[in-house]
Amino acid sequence: MDWSILLDKTILIVIIFVISLAIAAYSTYGERKVAAFLQDRIGPDRAGPFGLLQPLADGLKFFLKEEIIPTASDKFLFIIGPCIFMMTALMTSAIIPWGMPLHFGSHVFSLQVADLNVGILYLLAVVSIGGYGIMIGGWSSNNKFALLGALRASSQMISYELSMGMAIIALLLLSQSLSIREIVDMQQGFHWNVFYQPVGFLIFLICAFAECNRAPFDLPESESELVGGYHTEYSSMKLGLFLFAEYINMFISSAIISCLFFGGYHFPGIDSLGLSPNWAAIVSIIVLFAKIFFFIFFFMWVRWTVPRFRYDQLMRLGWKILIPLSILNVLATGAWLTFFK
Amino acid sequence: MQLTNRSKVINKKKLNWVESLYLPAIFSGMIITIKHFFKKAATTRYPEEKRYIAPVYRGVHVLKRNDKGQENCTACGLCAVSCPAEAITIVAAERQKGEEHLYKKEKYAAMYEINMLRCIFCGICEEACPEDSIYLTDRILPSNYQRNNFIYGKDLLVEGIKPEERIDIGVRKKHYEMNEKPRV
Repeated sequence: MDWSILLDKTILIVIIFVISLAIAAYSTYGERKVAAFLQDRIGPDRAGPFGLLQPLADGLKFFLKEEIIPTASDKFLFIIGPCIFMMTALMTSAIIPWGMPLHFGSHVFSLQVADLNVGILYLLAVVSIGGYGIMIGGWSSNNKFALLGALRASSQMISYELSMGMAIIALLLLSQSLSIREIVDMQQGFHWNVFYQPVGFLIFLICAFAECNRAPFDLPESESELVGGYHTEYSSMKLGLFLFAEYINMFISSAIISCLFFGGYHFPGIDSLGLSPNWAAIVSIIVLFAKIFFFIFFFMWVRWTVPRFRYDQLMRLGWKILIPLSILNVLATGAWLTFFK
Repeated sequence: MQLTNRSKVINKKKLNWVESLYLPAIFSGMIITIKHFFKKAATTRYPEEKRYIAPVYRGVHVLKRNDKGQENCTACGLCAVSCPAEAITIVAAERQKGEEHLYKKEKYAAMYEINMLRCIFCGICEEACPEDSIYLTDRILPSNYQRNNFIYGKDLLVEGIKPEERIDIGVRKKHYEMNEKPRV
């Protein structure tokens, strides 16, 4: 019996790993296409039909590039930086329930790698380790720009993790559970958390942008002022890992936003279709991925609309607006639950 | 004086509470960008598609031949004299016996060079030419790595004898007919 669980989980992990990488690769293509369309252009269309082979060409280019490790850098940390960043990016996918369980005869195949009862705490823990990848990478490069980028990244991540945690606390008050699958199942029907926690959702969304280092919070890598920020000294596939992990982060945080606030794999009316359990599971996976893709698009949409914050604005927003707002949100939710329910 | 109606008076009043949230502004910005998402792209896919080039366009020069395949140029030097950038160099030569099929008159240009880095593509050489020889075409000057490759000799300037090697300047001629080419 233990062996079958091990087998199940291994298969699922491999599938999720491959899907994450594929989605990250095609997010780069999607990013360029979305950017192009938003700016009345066409975007990449030379490699393959509609430029669909562009990510492969980019990946191949990364592998063929010369690998440069600066002599003044700390070689061990320099190599381990992108590894940590990539690893944590992939690790967060473990707690996401990708769909309803599949049934093979009497065998139930759960579409979640680990249904941790402290899933959200795990999420916050792993996300904050991800900051170390950037910090170590930027610091070990022994470069002023990289160091500045790393400093910005770490302070930004710390500032925004606080209000992110607060936003989640308000959500936990509602759901009474830390397990993500339970939070998702609670939102069955159309009881999406976004309707009960609109302020919490807004705070979480803004913090997700900041945690992913996406525009308008892309100060750690801001091309125009810091050359490349924390990955200035990186080249070849190590740079590729940094860029790739960023897209995986985006994918995972889209998944988490859809799970926490948009009902995850649930969709109103999914029960009334009268599908067999397996078909319902497949539909639920498609529904979740549709939500994820919408949020990935949303990430890109915002990036090509909003200009970058100035650093003091970023800190002011984080400490003076989002944290008080999220504390108020927690208090208001608590009061509502105590007195009106 | 007001030239367009697009100018706006700067309003430096303090933002009210809703405006200071920035969210309405971000939202309206996102509406604008998503509108552009569905607009037609302004791109011309260059090698496959070519944009419309107006008859007044002045690109790389061509030295024309007449219908019998003889070079029109008689090395009179009017183009070189009229050239404000002094980009044209001509060495004249006399036509020998047996070369009648190559050159229209007794005198021809043994060397005809245009320095494309000096040329300002004004088209005055074309206006000066009495022999219907030099014309500016719709072709675009390609880039190059070496400066000396920008000095175009007769090998690059004179059009071919075969019909498919001829360079069509019909549009340009028509443009001049309609706009009275000032002949010298």
